[in-house]
Amino acid sequence: MEDQGWWGRFRRSESFAGLALVSPTALYALLLLAAPLATILLYSFLTDGDTQTRIVWDFTLDNYIATLTEPLYRAVMIRSLSVSILVTAVTVILAFPVAYYVSFHVAPQRKSLWLFLITIPFWTSYLIRVFLWKVILGYNGVINSGLTTLGIIDEPLTFILYNVNAIVITLAHAYAPFAILPIFVALEKIDRSLLEAGQDLGESKAMTFLRVTLPLAMPGVVAAVLIVLIPTVGDYVTPQIIGGGKIPMVANLIQSRMLDLDNRPLGSALAVVAMLVVTVVALAFVALNARFLKVKK
Amino acid sequence: MTLAPNPLAAPAATLAATPRPTMIEFRDVHKYYGDYHALRGITATIRAGEFFSLLGPSGCGKTTLLRTIAGFEGISSGAVLIDGKDMQGVPANVRPTNMVFQSYAIFPHLTVAQNVGFGLRREGGTAAEKARRVDEALEMVGLKGYGARAAHALSGGQRQRVALARALILKPKVLLLDEPLSALDKKMREQMQVELIRLQRQVGITFILVTHDQEEALVMSDRIAVMFEGQIAQLADPEMLYRRPATRQVADFIGVMNFLPATVTSEAAGRIAIDVQGLGPCEIDAGQAPGALTGGAAEVGFRPETLTILYDGQTATDRETPGTIEEVVYYGDMTYYDVKLDGVDRPVRISMRNVFGRPVLDIRTRTRVAWSPGALVLFR
Repeated sequence: MEDQGWWGRFRRSESFAGLALVSPTALYALLLLAAPLATILLYSFLTDGDTQTRIVWDFTLDNYIATLTEPLYRAVMIRSLSVSILVTAVTVILAFPVAYYVSFHVAPQRKSLWLFLITIPFWTSYLIRVFLWKVILGYNGVINSGLTTLGIIDEPLTFILYNVNAIVITLAHAYAPFAILPIFVALEKIDRSLLEAGQDLGESKAMTFLRVTLPLAMPGVVAAVLIVLIPTVGDYVTPQIIGGGKIPMVANLIQSRMLDLDNRPLGSALAVVAMLVVTVVALAFVALNARFLKVKK
Repeated sequence: MTLAPNPLAAPAATLAATPRPTMIEFRDVHKYYGDYHALRGITATIRAGEFFSLLGPSGCGKTTLLRTIAGFEGISSGAVLIDGKDMQGVPANVRPTNMVFQSYAIFPHLTVAQNVGFGLRREGGTAAEKARRVDEALEMVGLKGYGARAAHALSGGQRQRVALARALILKPKVLLLDEPLSALDKKMREQMQVELIRLQRQVGITFILVTHDQEEALVMSDRIAVMFEGQIAQLADPEMLYRRPATRQVADFIGVMNFLPATVTSEAAGRIAIDVQGLGPCEIDAGQAPGALTGGAAEVGFRPETLTILYDGQTATDRETPGTIEEVVYYGDMTYYDVKLDGVDRPVRISMRNVFGRPVLDIRTRTRVAWSPGALVLFR
């Protein structure tokens, strides 16, 4: 009768089976996501030590105070946020027509080919794509030399590399498929007779788009916005390579505080604040769109 | 099949007495999809205030024809006129028509009231006035108090009522209904048939119904156009369509029709002499023979209820023919008999109303069948 008792019952229960199934994933997530996050959170309240000690176990709020008051940190945070909002806006606005075209104007048997083509950028590593953009946008890059050869410009254009424009162009390209796919799925789900009904009830094609297509596509747009916004805030590679290190974003700042200056508590506080800012912005956006979604619940 | 007369339909006499103006006119309408000839020269008129049905099997072009009225399909040649105006180049959103879609096309992101009021945006009036009109429209279709509901939480029948209210609130000249009842169960369908007839009488708008259900068309319509392969085979009122189908195809599509081979022996002064297998020689009126006659081999058709099985002691008022019962199908109120008439190689179907005290006959019973030449239709 060793199977009696809570352990025996538990071992035969469904929740045990469920736990057994999720436990490898749960363990993995716990070790590689939750544990580092907790460490960062803990570090952000500690005091910086010297090169030997690294940290001193003195609980303090100084790191947060510095993060929130230091003009440089604030400027970088605002820049990160504005760049990612700009990238999100550009990406989603450019992605919508592509998704719309594939959903409404591509013959059904060709749609999968189009989606396949849209994912082509994923075939190369992100790093290589960013370097390619540098080659395209650079001082002696494809665009500048091309335009110079054609005699359209005398001097290379300087506004396309090592600045925010270049970062936006690169990130918008990198994240385009992430934005196109959810919008495409939302558009595909729209019953085409709804659009005919809109026109039948007296609305022009443009008004039908605004009153029917767009509200019904909003879940896809919201998903696209979140998918692009959240990772771009913390993008490290693009500002480093395309921005030439001259216009750091928050990830670059965290890296320099953590490793270059070996100030882990300050870097941790920056990381925590960055996460909080992204969460607040994302939640605010979802709340704004709740009116588009509320009837669909 | 039961063909109860439509109790709400106006008697045919009053329809004839007050000729109505033309609402829709098709002038030799052709429609091609690439090589496919979907509409092959449709010429017809639909009168104002009429309940008109486009009836036919799937793929006959009835929905395409309906969509040319709504403006969702262009036409390759010919003309579609609504209330005397050529609709060439007039987009769907400015046509005086509204449609109830087969899928109902209820906007899932809007409430019932927002759905019904969708088309009111472009009309004048205060918000309160529009809200009142929405309430009225909902009450008309029996959905009073449903305005605040989410559209996706409705049943099939309710969605259809919302679609009706949404279309009728705009007071169109023509209401187009694309198989609106096909998604409902039988009981609901019969209920909605009666309600649609009532609604049409109430609002007086021209209703054009597309259906593949011949019973539905017969029950609801003032007139019916039967379509096959992009052409109108016959346009007539339900009774005419049922009693005098213009072609064998129409006869076969609407209700049950028995066919027997026949030969035309002579034709003169509006009378046609024919010799029908099993029934023998008889004379019919020229009106019973639609289409041009070439003489010689032909076919006669007759409905199951135009034949009567004679019981012992009964005599035929017109003609009678002996036969043997081959099959009996009991339906409660009716019994169908398949009777092999003497001298005929295939049985004919006869429907008899069951009367209290009269026995249902057995298989292999020898019997006499009463019939009348006036009920025959001659197809060449």
